[in-house]
Amino acid sequence: MNEPTGELLLEMYVRMLRVRLFEERARELFANARIPGFLHTSVGQEAVAVGVATALRRDDYILSTHRGHGHLVAKGGALRGLMAELYGKANGICHGKGGTMHIADVSVGYLGANGVLASGCVLAPGVGLSIRHRKSDQVVVTLFGDGAANRGPFHEGVNMAALWKLPVIFVCENNRWASTTAHALSTAGASARPAGGSIAARAAGYGIPGESVDGNDVLAVWRAVSRARARAAQGPSLIEAHTIRWVGHFEGDGQAYRGKDEVAEGRRTDPIARQAALLAERGLLDAAGADDMRRRMSAEIDDAVSHAEASPLPEPHEALTDLFAEWSWRE
Amino acid sequence: MARVIEYAEAVKLALQHEMRRDDRVYCIGEDIVLGVPFGCTKGLIDEFGPARVLNAPISEAAIVGSAMGAAMTGLVPVVDMHFADFVTCAMDEVANQIAKSRYMFGGQIDCPLTLRMPYGIGRSGGGHHSNSVEAWFVNIPGLKVCIPSTPADVFGLLKTAIRDPDPVLVFEHRGLYRVTGEVPDDDAVVPLGRAEVKRPGRDVTVIATARMVHESLTAAERLASEGIDVEVLDPRSLVPLDRDALAASVARTHRVVIAEEGPMRGSTGAWLAWVVMEDSFDELDAPIARVAAPNVPIPFSPPLEAFVTPDADDVVAAARQVMKGA
Ligand SMILES: Cc1ncc(C[n+]2csc(CCOP(=O)(O)OP(=O)(O)O)c2C)c(N)n1
Repeated sequence: MNEPTGELLLEMYVRMLRVRLFEERARELFANARIPGFLHTSVGQEAVAVGVATALRRDDYILSTHRGHGHLVAKGGALRGLMAELYGKANGICHGKGGTMHIADVSVGYLGANGVLASGCVLAPGVGLSIRHRKSDQVVVTLFGDGAANRGPFHEGVNMAALWKLPVIFVCENNRWASTTAHALSTAGASARPAGGSIAARAAGYGIPGESVDGNDVLAVWRAVSRARARAAQGPSLIEAHTIRWVGHFEGDGQAYRGKDEVAEGRRTDPIARQAALLAERGLLDAAGADDMRRRMSAEIDDAVSHAEASPLPEPHEALTDLFAEWSWRE
Repeated sequence: MARVIEYAEAVKLALQHEMRRDDRVYCIGEDIVLGVPFGCTKGLIDEFGPARVLNAPISEAAIVGSAMGAAMTGLVPVVDMHFADFVTCAMDEVANQIAKSRYMFGGQIDCPLTLRMPYGIGRSGGGHHSNSVEAWFVNIPGLKVCIPSTPADVFGLLKTAIRDPDPVLVFEHRGLYRVTGEVPDDDAVVPLGRAEVKRPGRDVTVIATARMVHESLTAAERLASEGIDVEVLDPRSLVPLDRDALAASVARTHRVVIAEEGPMRGSTGAWLAWVVMEDSFDELDAPIARVAAPNVPIPFSPPLEAFVTPDADDVVAAARQVMKGA
């Protein structure tokens, strides 16, 4: 496997920053009641989304989670459609019918966030079957949290994909918590050490490669996913990426269940700062360049926000459309 | 060319035709290579090979979930649910994923998949192998539901279901698999949302589904000797529903019995009764009567099972009741 070029290293930085700034803005908007619903963000976890997305082609697929904005932004989803969807506006990518937890953007292979944990694990083998049937060399990545890994669909999906050697990559984002429940208190085999890799170890039982990686190191994630992608024609892989969420499970979560040390640890291992340091070391980015980049990206996000603000809400009767291909509802 | 065949054979023929017609169509389910237990898929592998006739692990969530993953990326899966009762193990996939995805994603995806649901009472299947669960799915927006009663209808509706760009559940009563009937020529399809009068009559409309169509036809013969002329109307598909055909029949007879096999409470029949009331209230000369199972799980022992199984006697009694005072 080739090491990433300077250009790709910079691209990883750009995408992580875009995810971070997008979600920081979404949090603000949520706090100001501009965005309805429950909002789960991935602040601190950007290296997983971006390590995955940069190891994929544009036509590869992602099945995502309730904490999925980062996956979509990293995969190249347009910010305007995404932000307008978070607002519930008519020209959101899903016309306001999906919202934060149920967004899809098929144009970039993003086959859907999911409000039901681990559901992507059983959709993925089918996407793999379709890839194989079409004799394509695409792959599908399904992401899920450490908590979701304890649901049955994880086991059914991994078993089926392994049995039929389907081009699926299972990526567990282990951020140590399933809402308020610690990983070690819900998962058999979890070691007291945060990055023990008990979920990756399950791969052995299915006879597939399993890797436990530092999910705050975008290069480590990129390498693992690139390896999995390169062998996808031989079957699935399971990757467990250890990361830290800096913010609440959802916006408004008081986080009484954890101390401040963990977030401090997260900030010390900030994947974006790490990537900036690496780029600086290689002479690929200086402070002025970084500032400039941040300004440009803020402008992109400003644009998405003004677009969402200016967009109309859906007409109420639009609630009756999109149910079936061509059929107007009557009953 | 028209021929007389069993219901199970009609299922197989429909699968064969659609698999020949469209190489994106594949079948998946438990033990489908040998077609155990109902024989509908037996032998398909000889023509289509193991890549299109997939014997899956006992993983209902993955069978149904993978069908959706495949459907949204270009394939046309036909899932054999083995026994409809086991759909509970894939209920998230059906109710939350398959039914809602086109809608939640603002129309961005097609989900052209078919769930074949062998179901129903009979032969002491007991509590986990006998249930009529169609009402659950009628209650989930985003799913189409059909319930063919004859070989011709299952042949035509299954083909339509497979060609439909949306998810369709086909309820196949396992007590009907050995029933024979004429299947018209190979190209025949039955559209969704088109009811059929299985027996014309002037005095009372019996709206019946699946096995209850046959029970109602038997009842009609008996009632004829009492001078009661029964019309048996089979909706064939529940979603979409042919409300016009229901209204037209009620306008002829002015009396209605609704016969189904599932339990009485919160059922398909309860909903159909509301439809008749909303569309045809002024036409009705008597309150609607319903035939359904009592609200208990389906018991094992033959006399217990027989006791809870709605049959022709129940239809006769209900028809006499709505004819009182006529
Ligand atoms: C099947 C299911 N059960 C419960 C929930 C409620 N829920 C939403 S997020 C969450 C915790 C998930 O933890 P994890 O999978 O580790 O992902 P994370 O939130 O840490 O990203 C729970 C319990 C759900 N959405 N789906």
